[in-house]
Amino acid sequence: MAEVQLPEAPSRARVNEFAIKLANVNGTGSASTNNLLMQTIFRMGVPVSGKNLFPSNIQGLPTWYEVRVSQSGHTARTASFDLMVAMNGQTYQQDIEEVASGGYLVYDDSWPLNPEMRRPDITFLGAPLAQLCAQRFTTVKERILMKNVATAGLVAALLALPLEELSKQLVAAYSRRPQLLEDNQAALELGYRYALDNFSCPLPFHVEQMGAPDGRILIDGNTAVALGAVFAGATVGAWYPITPATSVMENFVRLCAQYRRHPGPDGREAHDYLILQAEDELAALGIVVGASWAGARAFTSTSGPGLSLMQELLGLAYYTEVPAVLVDVQRAGPSTGMPTRVQQADLFSAAFASHGDTRHILLFPSDPRECFLHTVQAFDLAERFQTPVLVMSDLDIGMNDWEVPELTWDDSYRPDRGRLLGTEELERLEHFWRYGDPDLQWTTPRAVPGETPRAGHLVRGSGHDLRALYTERPDEYQEVVDRLLRKHQAAATHLPPPVVELREGAPFGVISMGSCDLAVREALEEFPGPAPSYLRITGYPFPPAVAEFIEAHTHCYVVEQNRDAQLRSLLLIETGAGGERLRPVLSYGGLPITASFIRDRILEQESPQ
Amino acid sequence: MTSIAKPQIPLLPLERNQLGLTIRDYSGSMSTLCAGCGHDSVTAAIQEALWGLSIPPYQVAKLSGIGCSSKTPQYFDAAAVGFNSVHGRMAAVASGAAAANRGLVVVGVSGDGDSLSIGLGNLAHAIRRNVRMLYVIANNGVYGLTKGQFSASADIGSRSRKGEPNLLPPVDPMLLGLSLGATFLARGFSGDKAQLVPILKAGLSHGGFALVDVISPCVQFNDHEGSTKSFRYVREHELQDIEADIIPVRGQIHSEQTPGAVTEVELHDGSRVLFRAVPEGYDPRDRVRVGSYLVESARRGEIATGLLYLDEETPDMHQLSETPEERLWDLPFERLCPGSAELARFQARLR
Ligand SMILES: Cc1ncc(C[n+]2csc(CCOP(=O)(O)OP(=O)(O)O)c2C)c(N)n1
Ligand code: SF4
Ligand SMILES: [Mg+2]
Repeated sequence: MAEVQLPEAPSRARVNEFAIKLANVNGTGSASTNNLLMQTIFRMGVPVSGKNLFPSNIQGLPTWYEVRVSQSGHTARTASFDLMVAMNGQTYQQDIEEVASGGYLVYDDSWPLNPEMRRPDITFLGAPLAQLCAQRFTTVKERILMKNVATAGLVAALLALPLEELSKQLVAAYSRRPQLLEDNQAALELGYRYALDNFSCPLPFHVEQMGAPDGRILIDGNTAVALGAVFAGATVGAWYPITPATSVMENFVRLCAQYRRHPGPDGREAHDYLILQAEDELAALGIVVGASWAGARAFTSTSGPGLSLMQELLGLAYYTEVPAVLVDVQRAGPSTGMPTRVQQADLFSAAFASHGDTRHILLFPSDPRECFLHTVQAFDLAERFQTPVLVMSDLDIGMNDWEVPELTWDDSYRPDRGRLLGTEELERLEHFWRYGDPDLQWTTPRAVPGETPRAGHLVRGSGHDLRALYTERPDEYQEVVDRLLRKHQAAATHLPPPVVELREGAPFGVISMGSCDLAVREALEEFPGPAPSYLRITGYPFPPAVAEFIEAHTHCYVVEQNRDAQLRSLLLIETGAGGERLRPVLSYGGLPITASFIRDRILEQESPQ
Repeated sequence: MTSIAKPQIPLLPLERNQLGLTIRDYSGSMSTLCAGCGHDSVTAAIQEALWGLSIPPYQVAKLSGIGCSSKTPQYFDAAAVGFNSVHGRMAAVASGAAAANRGLVVVGVSGDGDSLSIGLGNLAHAIRRNVRMLYVIANNGVYGLTKGQFSASADIGSRSRKGEPNLLPPVDPMLLGLSLGATFLARGFSGDKAQLVPILKAGLSHGGFALVDVISPCVQFNDHEGSTKSFRYVREHELQDIEADIIPVRGQIHSEQTPGAVTEVELHDGSRVLFRAVPEGYDPRDRVRVGSYLVESARRGEIATGLLYLDEETPDMHQLSETPEERLWDLPFERLCPGSAELARFQARLR
């Protein structure tokens, strides 16, 4: 790819259209500084995204935070940075390399920079932040923490962020700790003043107020999932900690404590929820299956390694037709892989989880707002179709703050409990056959334990007939599993509908899912020539619109974040499309996919060498 | 092969419990286990205990894992809804069911392979959580269903049918439970219903996790000379000296005279257990003494049976979680969903 030559004097277009990266050491309190900057830009009404690239480590390893500001709404990750704030000596070399030509690099010149590292095409701005903080603060801990805040002040001056806005946030955060507030304010000003006095502020690219961020919020996907579970009426949660899924259940705990504690008749506060931190993921899903079988809305959250452990129980829930909701916050790699990096690589192990003939319902949210919506819907689908539903989030959506339209709620919503029969209905029945009498969606009557003697039956993972009785007869076994397949197919049109954007004269189609969405849109918008069509898959099984989209184009690019083209394979299996029609575009290094990557990969294949 | 309905042979008028139900109202399908299998006696004892306590048959949630022993929920209480789950996971599935509906009488039946090998982790943590349920291990020292491999409860030196000795130390669920903070530990023998039924009744009345280890010989693979889980060995080595009677709260005192030193413990539902302990100073609430008693009897090659340990003080999973008296699964939705106004308020700080 040819190097893009930046104009000498950056034009007006660079206002509200740039990216910065902050390099830090983890465990030094840089997260709150990053947040401060991101929040301030968000409140100025400018579309912004922040991506936290952190190591699987508690203290001492490099960590980065990338902020992309884009008034045109292109907030997918970019790999080109206009400003690098290099506060970690260990990573100078790499950080310097990542600055776009014509860009800037801020570093701490309390220590000299190796002259060999200098690049002629970028501007180096040295600020002795460590020295300044050492003069102002006494303890080592304070100096380290406050250096981060001083960095925020410095960046604020460079990017024309109003000091009052940052300081307002500090007040909100430390209102109950006056000493800490005073220190933070002092550090903030220290950095801010230093920049004003020593550099020509602001830089050519900077932020200008665009109005209040009306109707928009900053939220991460894991918080949104937890909110969805609370609003959908989940009462049982079971989990085993794993990055990047941990904060799903941590948030569920917090939200339940906030919304689900009510004084009981005896005046004692009762908790309308029961959350178990299980001993492993087998138990976590076992608890969910048991609770769902007994009638509760129950869910678990996990990531790849946990999903692997849950395979057998997913097969049990599928075959015995017990609802279960599982949120898979996908991370990179087989085995431990790269736990703090992102991929969409669990499609195979989720779609066909477990041995034997199994198929599950998957949902693919593309941002935190959809995490909320899909989670609520997952509970309805799980009960309607009496089967596990897997919400396929990922680390990028789950753990980063995204700017999305405010979440809304329809107060007339009531859970869809599917064919869960009440005592009266059961008692009116001539007979209760757990797996007999299918409806149009191929679901059968369900009864929970403890209600009426009319419902007596034993659910089993072994071969069973319509009455749930043990069988090894081929016809009886097949009757049940054939219905399960039809039921799975019937679910296709009940999932969130795919996003189909057909464009007249499109040279090809692009198919993607989940967190690729923003990068794909950005790539397509700037694509040379007639605009390609776009299909965003939102669930599995695929509704007919998916095959129709493929049919309508000579070929499609399937953009996804894994090595093995898992979405493409699923499309090949399910739509019968020929392999040559679906061309893979695969990003799997663990960092969120970028528009330029997608554009380049497609261009390579579109313009024959 | 489908399951077989039980023939209803007319008998003498059957005794009725407080619900007016006979023992037959607690029966299930015909057993398909080997004739003489200890597990069938365990089933019969569970059935009798449920009947004896006048528990409404449909209020029971019966669960199991996988194994010959885990097939038995099919053979009792046909009016109940049950779940024959997967190998080793019953404790977790039962924990979930108990979480969703605290009104259920949760009865889990498992084997020594299911509970002490593949499912040991899940069992251990269900004990720690003190899930309110009766958990029966039908313990035969082998994997019956997979034809006779040693399980984790086979004793050192005990021989397989082909004659190879087991070299690994056994897991004793009673000692294990004691170290994990179990609140109810009892051991019985499938061949001794008179002792087993009261133990099961006490377990059903207990306010937490009631772990009952039942030596239940496998007549196919482990009922021969050299097996410590054979009918003969157990008959010769069983220590029956911790006698316990239960006086259920629902009347019907199943207790003979209890002479000698009697320790009385009240159970969760108001029933009482009377211990007449033969070993001097045996106190079923003294963890240390119970522990050394179990170790010593095992060293002598004896099998200590009876209600061995009881703690009615420790809160169960629901008490620890401070859940309401109602069942979670059908709490009114209005109580669970914060609604649109709260959602807007929540988002105020995200703006
Ligand atoms: C995951 C898994 N591994 C192995 C098996 C095979 N299997 C079925 S039952 C069993 C052992 C059962 O032993 P136990 O629990 O002692 O029951 P018993 O038959 O002795 O009553 C095994 C290994 C299985 N069903 N599932
Ligand atoms: S193999 Fe053993 S455990 Fe299984 S049914 Fe036969 S006797 Fe019972
Ligand atoms: Mg066994």
